[in-house]
Amino acid sequence: MSDDQRRVDEISGTETTGHSWDGIEELNTPLPRWWLWTFYACIAFSAVYVVLFPAIPLVNEATQGVLGWSSRGNLSEELDEVAATNLERTELLQAVSIEDAAADPSLRAFAIAGGRAAFQVNCVQCHGSGAAGGAGYPNLNDDDWLWGGSLAQIEETLLYGIRHDQYDFTRWSEMPAFGAGILTRAEISDVAWHVLDLAGLDVDDVEAAARGATLYYDQCASCHGDIGEGMDDLGAPTLNDAIWLFGDTHADIAKQITAPRHGVMPGWQDRLGEATVRQLAIYVHGLGGGE
Amino acid sequence: MTNDPNPPRLDVAAVNTGAAAEGPVQLYAAREKIHPKRAEGDFRRFKWIVMFVTLGIYYVTPWLRWNRGEFAPDQAVLIDMANRRFYFFFVEIWPQEFPYVAGLLVMAGVGLFLVTSVVGRAWCGYTCPQTVWTDLFLVVERAIEGDRNARIRLDRAPLSAGKLTKRVSKHLIWLLIAVATGGAWIFYFADAPTLFGQFVTGQAAFVAYATVAVLTATTYVFGGLMREQVCIYMCPWPRIQAAMTDADTLIVTYNDWRGEPRTRGRKRAAGLTVAGDCIDCNACVAVCPTGIDIRDGQQLECISCALCIDACDGMMDKVGRPRGLISYATLRDYNHNMALATDPETGALNPDRVRDGAGGYIQKIRHIGAGILIRPRTLIYFGIWAAIGVGMVVALGLRDRLEINVQHDRNPLFVALSDGSIRNGYTVKLLNMIPEPRVVELSVDGLAGAVMTSPDLGLSPAPRVAIQLQPDQVRSLRVFVQQPPWFLAPGNEDFQLIVRDPASGEVDIYDATFNRRDAGP
Repeated sequence: MSDDQRRVDEISGTETTGHSWDGIEELNTPLPRWWLWTFYACIAFSAVYVVLFPAIPLVNEATQGVLGWSSRGNLSEELDEVAATNLERTELLQAVSIEDAAADPSLRAFAIAGGRAAFQVNCVQCHGSGAAGGAGYPNLNDDDWLWGGSLAQIEETLLYGIRHDQYDFTRWSEMPAFGAGILTRAEISDVAWHVLDLAGLDVDDVEAAARGATLYYDQCASCHGDIGEGMDDLGAPTLNDAIWLFGDTHADIAKQITAPRHGVMPGWQDRLGEATVRQLAIYVHGLGGGE
Repeated sequence: MTNDPNPPRLDVAAVNTGAAAEGPVQLYAAREKIHPKRAEGDFRRFKWIVMFVTLGIYYVTPWLRWNRGEFAPDQAVLIDMANRRFYFFFVEIWPQEFPYVAGLLVMAGVGLFLVTSVVGRAWCGYTCPQTVWTDLFLVVERAIEGDRNARIRLDRAPLSAGKLTKRVSKHLIWLLIAVATGGAWIFYFADAPTLFGQFVTGQAAFVAYATVAVLTATTYVFGGLMREQVCIYMCPWPRIQAAMTDADTLIVTYNDWRGEPRTRGRKRAAGLTVAGDCIDCNACVAVCPTGIDIRDGQQLECISCALCIDACDGMMDKVGRPRGLISYATLRDYNHNMALATDPETGALNPDRVRDGAGGYIQKIRHIGAGILIRPRTLIYFGIWAAIGVGMVVALGLRDRLEINVQHDRNPLFVALSDGSIRNGYTVKLLNMIPEPRVVELSVDGLAGAVMTSPDLGLSPAPRVAIQLQPDQVRSLRVFVQQPPWFLAPGNEDFQLIVRDPASGEVDIYDATFNRRDAGP
């Protein structure tokens, strides 16, 4: 500060602060008084604010404020509001048939949004985040369904699971292990060639496939169908298509005939509730494979 | 012309001369109240017209109707926040078309630079809402309390029934104007007649009342109470103006070269001294809405309203001198004229040097010329402004009203179906950007044997589907494209998803990719 250099500027008639940079001097123009009052008003506002709202950070937490407002409380209020609006639609979703629910644009959008979220939490562990499955875990995007791909069938599968003994309504089937004394290794190989033939895949040993045809009619057709069309009620896979849960080579098929693996899916009725299951069913059906 | 050589001197001083601050310098200064006197003249008339037009545009625009058919609002100018649409007469803007609005704002900015570089702070002096509403509030003030002298007397008078009546009625009318101002604002954001009905019956949204309350408060406080304080202390524009003006910018100027030395009284009457045209009547100070003395030169407070020009011209008419003692002039012309009027030996101003002896001024004196318009600065500003304008008009003329946006599923990349087909999933968004429903055709092109299905449409597989679009809506569809096994080739293939309006012929194309199994090793 160079107070001694203060002087009255002759052009403006205002005193300078005495600060000078390269000959440019700063005028000491007084602030308007209303500005001062605005400043005091801000201080008064902040004093009130500090009392009413969380404000001063202490060691473990900030002061709470007498209104009891918190951002977390605010969020939970908003979540409650959303839950209240969703409750209405959740009830509506269950009040109609699943087909009608899926056909209603707003219920469908609601179900798909909720179903997507539930899927990401509960289903991706086996079916994958894109629902594309893997060996032994069905791809839910395609049009091949072991236990039926209609809305109602998908919902039933979701509610009670597959081969899940906790639920009386769970669907169950078991393919005999043909390697355990029913068929010989050579016969199993013949049947496997025939199955490849049914699926229209390349058959290396045409004679073996022909031999396998007879065995297939005797042993397999009752569940898998005469031409390998499968059976939804028994969860018997379609054999004459391009989709193979455990692989489409002769060795893969022979292995499955010898000692079949059976997938197990848990039922979700108790864990997720019927409303979420219905949302999931509509979502999964909409992935593109629904029948 | 009355040719009174010595009109009475008005008792007024500029509020920004430091003279008031005698004694020790204070950190804070009380505001000196300004009582602007009514001005008469060409600029005042022009300002009345500008006020009428700008206020008219502001208040009337939301009530203008524009027929867009039954599926869109019929308000000519509407900012529909809830539906994310902006309507301006024949133009409808969607959120993604906001660059048009940004372009308008850029044009407004560059236009402001252009105007400022030519005529200084014309925005401040004529069209700034702060100026226009202050003017309007002053009209009310004058009508109730009288002109400058009457208002000063009223201010000093002790409180009486008469004073109280005047004050209360003035503030009431101000508040009414303020409510109307805030009220007009909200009508830009909803159907005006509907909202008006809801507003007066208490059924409008809380935000409508809050907006009106805030704008009422700001209009009343800024236009009625704070006035020039807003311009001087709150507005950034006075600070920026120095960068916008140059020696060729027209600025409200006191022409010292013909005004000084200012004289009045007996000496002037007797012709005993060299006398400039300024008769020191203070008329220019009395009319100034920011309370300054333009004769002190260009100042931050000057909003270029030119009322001092009107006041001075009136006085010059009275004393029988030519108009233009205070005028719009460029710094270059002013300096030229000053040099002519300055005695090279004494350095003193002598207006006799530029007088032609017949009551006028010598030919060498420069006045406003066309040169103020044509110079690199203005041409560049105008070029930028016009280029943006032309660009926007062209873009507006060519913009799509039917669009397709596509997101390709990434998880899974493709799905093998039971018959051996490969299927890819897409989220297709069809934008119908006109306020009419229409049926458009979505097709796949360039992918052998490809057909589409959609769980949202429930269609049987087809290479081409008709889709119903709602007016002014986006329709989002899950679309599956599948290629039968006998057309499959290894690797990915590019193809097109095409949306077409058979009625209008509009087409929009999305270049998509179809994922398939890679060739085996």
